[in-house]
Amino acid sequence: MDTATGRPAPQAAQAAPPVLRIRGLSYSYGKTKALENIDLALRPGRVTALLGPNGAGKTTLFSLITGLFDSRHGEIEIAGHALRRARSRALAALGIVFQAQTLDLDLSVDQNLRYFAGLRGLPGAHARRRIAALLEEIGLAEKAKAKVRTLSGGQRRRVEVARALLDRPAVLLLDEPSTGLDIATRRWLIEHVHRLAREHGMGVLMATHLTDEVMPEDDLVVLHRGRIVAAGQVGEVIAATGAADLDAAFTSLTSVRREEAP
Amino acid sequence: MTAAHAGRAFWAILWRELLRFVQQRERFFAALVRPLVWLLVFAAGFRATLGLSIIPPYETYITYDVYVVPGLIGLIQLFNGMQNSLSMVYDREMGSMRVLLATPLPRGYLLLARMLSGTAVSIIQVYAFLAIAALCGTETPLAGLLPLLPVLVLTGLTLSALGMFLSSRIRQLENFAGVMNFLIFPMFFMSSALYPLWRVREGSVLLYELCRFNPFTYVVELVRSTLYLQFNAVALAVVVGTLVVFGALALIGYTPARGGPAAGRAAGGG
Repeated sequence: MDTATGRPAPQAAQAAPPVLRIRGLSYSYGKTKALENIDLALRPGRVTALLGPNGAGKTTLFSLITGLFDSRHGEIEIAGHALRRARSRALAALGIVFQAQTLDLDLSVDQNLRYFAGLRGLPGAHARRRIAALLEEIGLAEKAKAKVRTLSGGQRRRVEVARALLDRPAVLLLDEPSTGLDIATRRWLIEHVHRLAREHGMGVLMATHLTDEVMPEDDLVVLHRGRIVAAGQVGEVIAATGAADLDAAFTSLTSVRREEAP
Repeated sequence: MTAAHAGRAFWAILWRELLRFVQQRERFFAALVRPLVWLLVFAAGFRATLGLSIIPPYETYITYDVYVVPGLIGLIQLFNGMQNSLSMVYDREMGSMRVLLATPLPRGYLLLARMLSGTAVSIIQVYAFLAIAALCGTETPLAGLLPLLPVLVLTGLTLSALGMFLSSRIRQLENFAGVMNFLIFPMFFMSSALYPLWRVREGSVLLYELCRFNPFTYVVELVRSTLYLQFNAVALAVVVGTLVVFGALALIGYTPARGGPAAGRAAGGG
């Protein structure tokens, strides 16, 4: 830990046990393989970008991590708890922002957050304090009583991020969180997520198909056709492909595979 | 799962259901108007033409509007069970179901909490209906109202389990609305809700047999016997058995490890 900033030092993050570990995970829709032999380790205090084109298997992977899908091939461990054997404890360490918006449009912002706090078992007074602090943090304190239906897409996404953080998760999953957002909100979201990882030491896994959402300091996993085709720090992945930048590296990694495909 | 966590989660699910119910005033009025139309229009017409002999649990002659009240209580709960399941299909399409199913609590508990919260709403509707019926001159025995409460929990859960099973099998909201109508009216008409079964047998033996195999008949008879402080073991056994069967099928439908289709659709992934 960096004592001056209170943040996990890079070496400490490197040495700390992963907050999310996936080993040999495979999943099929009938005879169609969606994921094949996925291995992944998420370090605390770090953002890992899960980069892949549409249909690469990112949402399937997230559905498996959140327990919505189940696979008998492979292991998922969240904060030291195996999802299959200790589902409740594993899911309790997870904060999730789904790709599609999942707020109840007919309830207010505050009601949505209180409902979720209840589902996570937070005591009332504690939940109210957390909700007030998080709404302040995302700049929506004055919208607490507003119906979600009246909010813009960007404001709804901010509320979903706040909801995912209510229970101070060890792992934050974001499935293409910038879908449908304007540039300013996208920028806020990416910066906010990196700040959360730095300041609170949580491990963040962010699925995206946009290379400009990946920061140079991020860990990177490139997923294509259900397989991990590259993994490492951003600079390492670029260097390994011999490309000039991440955009070119991503194109190279995914187009080579396309040519290899039958 | 700690007891405190389970309790808070249950309260959250119930609180959300009550909030939605309060906000949807039309739903409350529609739920009341439907049985009241049957009671005040249909039963009033039949009252003059249809005499009912003394059959258990009744100990004296009764008018037709009194006979039909337990069936209308069942109708309220049947509609409510389907409405609850329709809102589950809606939640699934809108994504809220993902949030519920990814909660760190056993899935069976979450589904039970969801069914109980829908049942609570139906019980409010039932007592409101009985109060209005009494104001309109159709009285139910006061002594039966309290014992009726646990029975309404059981019958409400049973009809919710049936609806939840259907919701786990149906892909789209539009399809579910069609199935609701296809299911509700045959279940209601082919039961003892509107006529005693001996009367039905006089008209058609086949219809009588269909009524006997309809679980809704036993929901109605359990409510009827409880209102008159009698115990109907057969009705209780059938209602509990129906709850167990459809509850288990609904749980399988929403459990990915068992290949439940609804769990997969809730994920919305590909």
